[in-house]
Amino acid sequence: MSKKIAEAAAPTISPVIRFRRWFGRNLIRVYMFLAFTYLFIPVAYTFAFSFNDSGKSNLVWKGFTLSNWQNPCGAPEVCNALVNSINIGLIVTVFSTILGTMIAFAIGRHKFRGRSTSNLLIFLPMATPEIVLGASLLSLFLTFHINPGFWPTVIAHVVFCISFVVVTVKARIASLDPRLEQAAMDLYANEFQTFRRVTLPLVAPGIAGAALLAFSLSFDDFIITNFNSGTVITFPKFVYTAAARGIPAQANVIASGMFFLALAIVLAGQIVNRRKAR
Amino acid sequence: MSFDASSARGDLILTRITKEYGDFKAVDDLSLTIPKGSFFALLGPSGCGKTTTLRMIAGLEEPTIGSIHLGETDITTTKPYQRPINTVFQNYALFPHLTIFENIAFGLRRRGIKDVDAEVNKVLNLVELPHLAGRKPTQLSGGQQQRIALARAIVNRPALLLLDEPLGALDLKLRRQMQIELKWIQKEVGLTFVHVTHDQEEAMTMADTIAVMNEGKIEQMGSPADLYDNPETAFVANFLGQSNLIKGTITGNDGDSIIADLYGQKISLPKNRSHAVDNSMYAGIRPEKFRISLLDTPVSGNVLTGGRIEDVSYIGVSTQYQVEMPWGQELMVFEQNDDGVAPFNKGDAVNISWAPVFTFALRGDEDITAGSEVTPEDLDEE
Repeated sequence: MSKKIAEAAAPTISPVIRFRRWFGRNLIRVYMFLAFTYLFIPVAYTFAFSFNDSGKSNLVWKGFTLSNWQNPCGAPEVCNALVNSINIGLIVTVFSTILGTMIAFAIGRHKFRGRSTSNLLIFLPMATPEIVLGASLLSLFLTFHINPGFWPTVIAHVVFCISFVVVTVKARIASLDPRLEQAAMDLYANEFQTFRRVTLPLVAPGIAGAALLAFSLSFDDFIITNFNSGTVITFPKFVYTAAARGIPAQANVIASGMFFLALAIVLAGQIVNRRKAR
Repeated sequence: MSFDASSARGDLILTRITKEYGDFKAVDDLSLTIPKGSFFALLGPSGCGKTTTLRMIAGLEEPTIGSIHLGETDITTTKPYQRPINTVFQNYALFPHLTIFENIAFGLRRRGIKDVDAEVNKVLNLVELPHLAGRKPTQLSGGQQQRIALARAIVNRPALLLLDEPLGALDLKLRRQMQIELKWIQKEVGLTFVHVTHDQEEAMTMADTIAVMNEGKIEQMGSPADLYDNPETAFVANFLGQSNLIKGTITGNDGDSIIADLYGQKISLPKNRSHAVDNSMYAGIRPEKFRISLLDTPVSGNVLTGGRIEDVSYIGVSTQYQVEMPWGQELMVFEQNDDGVAPFNKGDAVNISWAPVFTFALRGDEDITAGSEVTPEDLDEE
């Protein structure tokens, strides 16, 4: 009986219902496709226009060329700006990672007076609008008769990067089982050896992530940099200034290059992790 | 490690240890000697202070008052890494970033031992997992992790090995197998093992000596058979297995025996099993020591008459009866199903009898429910 009903019912499903079922099953794929398209159209655009035979302005497609990629420093000042940004980024990364990690350990591992206050205060630079932070840092430097430039920019970047490092590393420390450190102490490792052999290796992925984050935040920053860098041209400042008279295609080359470098780092990290897990 | 505590050997002696957390006394004036080479169990319900005691021995906590000696050496305030004591942690605490080999080698390397390879391989063979040396802890099953945690500790040949509920995370079958293996390994390596557990069966299977702890104090200490056959308190009587505790009065002596009156019926029990301090007492009999007989069957030993069978449950190896006595108390009786006698039925009028030597006596002012509400299976780790 029931078999007959099933056979009879099967052909009557309308195309509308069938589409709805298909749609219901694949909704998440459709959504994912749309979301990624939205996210990656600007990247694709930037990448495509790095091959534009543009001449002065890179707004209209004029023809395919590899010359921008063969000579990325072709446009005046572009590589100078890039080197400045990388230098600032590396110095900021080193200082903010070391200082931030130390703060994260203090807050995450030790009980002291003012711990919860520090915990709250560390969020402030993240919550403060960059325009306010940038302007007040500039007035602070001027008050102390320090001229804007390379080192003031580094100091300004460290200020807001520390917060991100603390938050990232602290999360990793919080997930660390204190019994592992107790086990190390139980197995004849003194405080320093325990930190060096157990704590640090286990927190290291968090520290590495924090360092990458600090670098990209510093490399990317425009507002605070614009206030405090004076005559030093960073890559974001260069692009912003160039936008008025046409961004050279070399900027697209460098931007695409950075994107693929970041992608390569993430992929390498994934592969290493998979290997380790196996 | 040039510290002289690390070479200390001998009995572990805890003297009048108290550990306070604010107003709460986790351990209360506890004194204990654990002889060298023994398998010692600290048994008790959650929150009884057994884990705190273990952590103080390991050096992870410091006692508020009291001292800890290993042989002649005072180790009360020495750091964990200065003590020749290793721990198998409850969740094993294997280092997730190191291979199994490096996990086991960890203690050897810290102590600057020369022949790390040979030592690690020897202990890997002892726990029968030499093929896992290159793996990471997360790739191992719970039972394998347990053995590696054990190997990581015993490779250091500590004066004392502490086991903190080491089998708690394993399923029942694996736990039984590991109990036997642990016991075998302890004999093989000849170390002193101190085992913390809330599982009375586990403690009785493995330990030479058990200290039953309750509310920061030791209730009773002795061999598994001592504790089971001759408990001194209601807590021990109820926490280790089950007991029937019947209120009574001591009426006299007869040589090595005590004569007692239980609701008008006379029984006798050995003097050395009485822990009563005056005439009031509770007579204690384990359920499997009772025998049930119909009213007209002649019996010897202690007899309580006037029972009526209230409930019968057949559980394979034995049949469990609830027998209601004239004074309203229900007694529990376990009868082995080995004599071919037809089981009794609900409503049968019966006598209960047992051999006088199986009776123990507790103080008359005991709380007879102590230790009985907590079934070991309900308890979580501390």
